[in-house]
Amino acid sequence: MELVNPGIGLIVWMTLAFLAVLYILGKYAWNPIMKALKERESTIHDALNSAEKAKEEMQKMKFSNEELLQEAKNERDAILSTARKIKESIIEESKQKAAEEANRIIVSAKESIKNEKMAAITDLKDQLAELSLEIAKKILKKELSDPKKQENYIKELMKDVKFN
Amino acid sequence: MIRSQFASLILVVVFLCSLVSFPQVQASTMMQEGSTLKPADSASAWKLKEKPAEEKFNPGEMIMEHVVDSHEWHIATIGHLDLTIPLPVLIICKGQFHAFWSWKFHNETRSYLGFTISKERANKGKIVTVQEEMTGKGPKVFDFSITKTVLAIFLSGFFLILIFGSVADRYKKEPNQAPHGLQNLLEPVILFIRDDVAKSSIGEKKYEKYLPYLLTIFFFILFNNLMGIIPIFPGGANVTGNIAVTGVMAVFTLIITTISGNRHYWVDIINTPGVPWWLKVPVPLMPIVEIIGIITKPFVLMVRLFANMTAGHIIILGFICIIFIFGQISSALGVGVGIPTLLFMIFMDLLELLIAFIQAYVFTLLSALYFGLATIEPEHH
Repeated sequence: MELVNPGIGLIVWMTLAFLAVLYILGKYAWNPIMKALKERESTIHDALNSAEKAKEEMQKMKFSNEELLQEAKNERDAILSTARKIKESIIEESKQKAAEEANRIIVSAKESIKNEKMAAITDLKDQLAELSLEIAKKILKKELSDPKKQENYIKELMKDVKFN
Repeated sequence: MIRSQFASLILVVVFLCSLVSFPQVQASTMMQEGSTLKPADSASAWKLKEKPAEEKFNPGEMIMEHVVDSHEWHIATIGHLDLTIPLPVLIICKGQFHAFWSWKFHNETRSYLGFTISKERANKGKIVTVQEEMTGKGPKVFDFSITKTVLAIFLSGFFLILIFGSVADRYKKEPNQAPHGLQNLLEPVILFIRDDVAKSSIGEKKYEKYLPYLLTIFFFILFNNLMGIIPIFPGGANVTGNIAVTGVMAVFTLIITTISGNRHYWVDIINTPGVPWWLKVPVPLMPIVEIIGIITKPFVLMVRLFANMTAGHIIILGFICIIFIFGQISSALGVGVGIPTLLFMIFMDLLELLIAFIQAYVFTLLSALYFGLATIEPEHH
């Protein structure tokens, strides 16, 4: 067979064989391979995308976490400061109340002291009056035991009494 | 890695040498004994056949025998034994269909049922009637035999289906997994054809329709190129160096290009843009050139692949012949010339390996470019 003179048989067989190979490979090899490759590519693409998204999400979460932390810190500070204020006010109030109570006690003490004093004085006066009465009685008894003296005294008294 | 490749290449080359050297040994022993062997009538694939006493070593003939198609697949000759795979001969002559094994020709008259394998210059290797061989005139014989090349095409098609079928199975069984094994080897090539050949030449939108064809021709050419480098069965057949084979593929490219040609493509052929009007109007020179171009493009595809592969085979066979030409003068000279020639052959084999890829790539890329040209949409500015 000549080098550059194609034989009819070879052309026919080549055409048939090539078409068969093309059909079989096209149906059972290229089609599934291409599909699988495309699918894998899209899967990888999606996976990369979702990874990127997750990264962003993480970043966001980090930010929000920080924000949350900051907020918590602020809140804590606020709570602490109000607590301090409350504490101070409570202390202040109680101090005031204590002072007031003390004053009140002092005042009442003073009053009762005064009252006691007055009572004591009154009592003393009464006792004094009684005592002096007693003494005067005793003196009078003693002085007037003598009828002469009685007469003198009456006379003296009578002298003072002036009849108008 | 490189060392083991070299080792295997040397093995390949040595085998090639041995293939060619056996007829030599056989010829000499035949001369001495002058014996003739009866053809074995067994149905076994390995045939013992009679070999006529061979004339002096003829490098041109030997090279052509290895490059062109044949009705039997000669593997080796060991002593008197020709290891040959017989192939079926299927011919139609005068409206009659004949089918027989090619070994029927191995008899005293070298003919069977009035047919013979021609030894004439013009028809050498073709099956003709004995009448035509004698007188130069006779009824036409339509030869649909399963020749060496046809068998090699069938085998490579079978292997391709086997290989890519198993790879496709992997994709089906383990979707979205990292490729491994054979899949790992072929996937980058498939992706290369898809992305750098089909997509870039045809365009993102339309490439998918042409991809199965492009992948098939690429792997068909590549596989047959590589098989052609391997000298032992089932390799060694010069499939892609056969003009009928490359011609059929080129015609396929032509048909697909012509069918998928859009308005823009045909308008560009008839009214080529960017060309002075006087090349078109009185004498339609450019349209004629363009119309011829439709045919020359696939013609060049056919010739390029055929010539590249055949030339590569001829060069390697030529180097082998050098050893035997010198070996006939004296065996010492043969050995002396053999060593540097062997190095040249190794170099050529490596070059052929490269060419196997390049030619498969070029054929596929050009086909893709033609499809791209046929389907390109006119640009709107």
